[in-house]
Amino acid sequence: MTALPTNSTARDITRLGRPKSVSARVLRERIIVGTLAVAASFSILVTTTIIVVLARETWGFFQFDEVSLGEFFGSTEWNPLLGAEKHFGIWPLISGTLLVTAIAASFALPIGLISAVYLSEYASPKVRATLKPSLEILAGVPTVVYGFFALTVITPLLQKISPAFGNYNAMSAGLATGIMILPIVCSMSEDALRAVPRSLRDGAFALGGTRFDVSVKVVVPAALSGIVAAFLLAISRAVGETMIVALAAGGIAQITANPSAEVQTMTAYMVQIFLGDAPAFGVEYKSSYAVASMLFVMTFVLTMIGQYILRRFREEYD
Amino acid sequence: MSAPRSAASRLLANRVFLVTCLVATNVAMLVLAVLLISIFWQGWDTLSWKFITSFASRKPTDAGIMAPLMGSVWVCSICGLVALPLGVGTAVFLEEFAKKTRFTRVVQTNIMNLAGVPSIVYGILGLTAFARMFGAFGTNVEEAITLGNEDSLLFLRLPFGSSVLAGGLTLMLVILPVVIISTQEALRAVPGSLRAGAFALGATRWQTVWGITLPAAIPGIMTGAILSMSRAIGESAPLLVLGGLLLVFNTPENLMSDFAILPLQIYNWAGRPQDAFHEIAASAIIVQLAVLLLFNGIAVFIRQKLQKPLQ
Amino acid sequence: MQTESTSPTPPSAHGHHAKPLAAPHVHASGAASHPDAGTAVTVRAFSSWYGSFQALKGLDLDIPSRQVTAFIGPSGCGKSTFLRWINRMNDTIPSARAEGTLDLHGEDLLARSLDVVDLRRRVGMVFQKPNPFPKSIYDNVAFGPRLHKHYTRAELDELVEQSLRSASIWNEVKDRLHSSALGLSGGQQQRLCIARAIAVGPEVLLMDEPCSALDPKSTLAIEELIEGLADRYTIVIVTHNMQQAARVSDQTAFFFEGRLIESGNTESIFTKPKNKQTEDYVTGRFG
Repeated sequence: MTALPTNSTARDITRLGRPKSVSARVLRERIIVGTLAVAASFSILVTTTIIVVLARETWGFFQFDEVSLGEFFGSTEWNPLLGAEKHFGIWPLISGTLLVTAIAASFALPIGLISAVYLSEYASPKVRATLKPSLEILAGVPTVVYGFFALTVITPLLQKISPAFGNYNAMSAGLATGIMILPIVCSMSEDALRAVPRSLRDGAFALGGTRFDVSVKVVVPAALSGIVAAFLLAISRAVGETMIVALAAGGIAQITANPSAEVQTMTAYMVQIFLGDAPAFGVEYKSSYAVASMLFVMTFVLTMIGQYILRRFREEYD
Repeated sequence: MSAPRSAASRLLANRVFLVTCLVATNVAMLVLAVLLISIFWQGWDTLSWKFITSFASRKPTDAGIMAPLMGSVWVCSICGLVALPLGVGTAVFLEEFAKKTRFTRVVQTNIMNLAGVPSIVYGILGLTAFARMFGAFGTNVEEAITLGNEDSLLFLRLPFGSSVLAGGLTLMLVILPVVIISTQEALRAVPGSLRAGAFALGATRWQTVWGITLPAAIPGIMTGAILSMSRAIGESAPLLVLGGLLLVFNTPENLMSDFAILPLQIYNWAGRPQDAFHEIAASAIIVQLAVLLLFNGIAVFIRQKLQKPLQ
Repeated sequence: MQTESTSPTPPSAHGHHAKPLAAPHVHASGAASHPDAGTAVTVRAFSSWYGSFQALKGLDLDIPSRQVTAFIGPSGCGKSTFLRWINRMNDTIPSARAEGTLDLHGEDLLARSLDVVDLRRRVGMVFQKPNPFPKSIYDNVAFGPRLHKHYTRAELDELVEQSLRSASIWNEVKDRLHSSALGLSGGQQQRLCIARAIAVGPEVLLMDEPCSALDPKSTLAIEELIEGLADRYTIVIVTHNMQQAARVSDQTAFFFEGRLIESGNTESIFTKPKNKQTEDYVTGRFG
């Protein structure tokens, strides 16, 4: 050592330490990769199990004499619990779901989009810093709280406006659901708007556009597919919303477009069954699985399309 | 485009739109304000220490939220203990290990879709897979296989039934996709140059993840985890499917205990016609929102204090 | 066209151990001043692809031991790509593949059975932009060694100090070893990254435009450091700065459109290039 010149420190340092086992390293790496791969496969298992469970129980439902596929999709009457004759036509539940969703969407989509335009194109950083947290708080409020809000604040307000509104109605539940999805619409649309390259805005401003021209005629169209995806995902959330409609929409399954009417949604029906209004393993009980399958298919399709559009949109601007 | 538009009309459009924007944006603020005021208005008077520490009762004046509050704590703890390792592991596998094959694309799309599945559907899955275990152990509580002493913390019963463990696992299913997606985003925010630096020193993939990527992504992962947990605290539909509205007079003692949770207690009271129950529902909501605010506050704190610039 | 490989492959009559370690390092005077210089990396008919795009076309080159070899050429010419094959960093790109011969001291670097983890311990790399880990200065240097060996506390302390000394940054950081590396200036960060690479005891140091993100003063510090390291490490530096190549390197290889146009003694490449393209490039007529 002492014979070596001072600049041979590189040799010194390689002499330090005891080597670690290579085979242990390789083995550990394999075990870890394997464990992580198993964790990742779990999500596939979840999806598979959902589909298998829903399919099996729905199949069981259609084995009962009282029901047939034709009636399920053909009849406009759904009264599995009351009356001498039970009817299992899914349309009243779908109608109720769509009515609530439509009310929620017509409230949340325009307001959410305009708020997003404001946040992304107009608002100063200071305004953003106060608005974003309030939206985050709105997004974090449990849905049962919105249900309570619908029941104790929105419905009494509606009744002051018109006596046509009963204690339970589609309007109240729809508005509360709209409030619930508003933060989703707003933050996802804003993400889409902000993804539009600066150069596009600068170009439009250079042509003499006002901020309105630039945002509404250039930025929004450029971000359109991202916005559509945000809308679809928000609508999918509204379709699957449970606690608000269970509290505020009522329990009458009927086909109607009247917002003051009492309606039952698919999710509200499932709540009714699982709260124990029907004997387990009977036809009524099994019917909830058929309804769940419908719900799963509807939200799955909406999410799939939304994700597909979103992926295309991201590819466009990445 | 034939007739030239006057500058005045264009500026007017600009102004009108700005006003519309302000109105729309303020709707969110207004709603939040009305929501909070109405709940505090209804629930503040009945909120007391006695309310928090009492158990359920038929009389609204005697009723309290001790059992559902502790039930929420138990269920969410189990949910977090399972969902976080599983979710972070999945995200690490997808971001740091897996090649971009067909399989990983399928897994990725699948996770996005799972995030869109209504929570009530997870309730059905939890009911079938955890509470009843596909009927593999019979359908009757008397037939259940028991492991360990009923007094011990680790007492197990197969199937799980409507127990704290089944509830926690069901909630885990709900928030798992959220945990995965937020962890993936946190990992993606770590600059690739750090990974390259570690690889160039002869680090294996796992050594890079453990030594460099995960520590750098921890603030982002924790923020996502806390927001997922606040989702879990407020989630009620899946547990309603799992156990219905149980009237529980005890705090959970082990993994097989029956449980109530705060949001379902709120649902129960809100669904009754008497105003007195609405008042205590509002009180319970105040407690629930306070817990949520605490969680969000922690998340914001982590985001601002711990998230150092990486490059 | 084919490569005019003027790169000398000096026969090393002496065994490895017989090298006079303290041989005076005469800068930029070519292989002649290194009687000990064997060939570290041997490249024959080497081609590589990204998917269907051929990035490198039939390279032939010898990279001598314990000298500085500079890769020059316009951007996109493949010089960085080639550098990243020497420590197999291209493995992280799924579509990358290579053919031909690429040997380090006779060991096939393209072999499927090659342990890339061990290879990267022996072939260190310094990147374009300084990329210190978001850890303390000490932990940045200790990260690599800890991966490969068990150390006692004292051994690790010594190793960190020696590595930082070799990278001429010890005096600047010795009082704040446990504060974050992100608090250092850009030039200091890059020297820390060099210390980090040295700490695992490599034979070869690859440097991918190590000064391109630095100010002139820091660049000078790094260049002086490279000169100081050259008698202990085989250094390969990619640069688009011709003056830098001329200042620090013993050997120069000129790349253009995926081909190795000319390589050899730095002095001769810059003063009497054999190839017209090389001449145009080094005289600044294009690139």
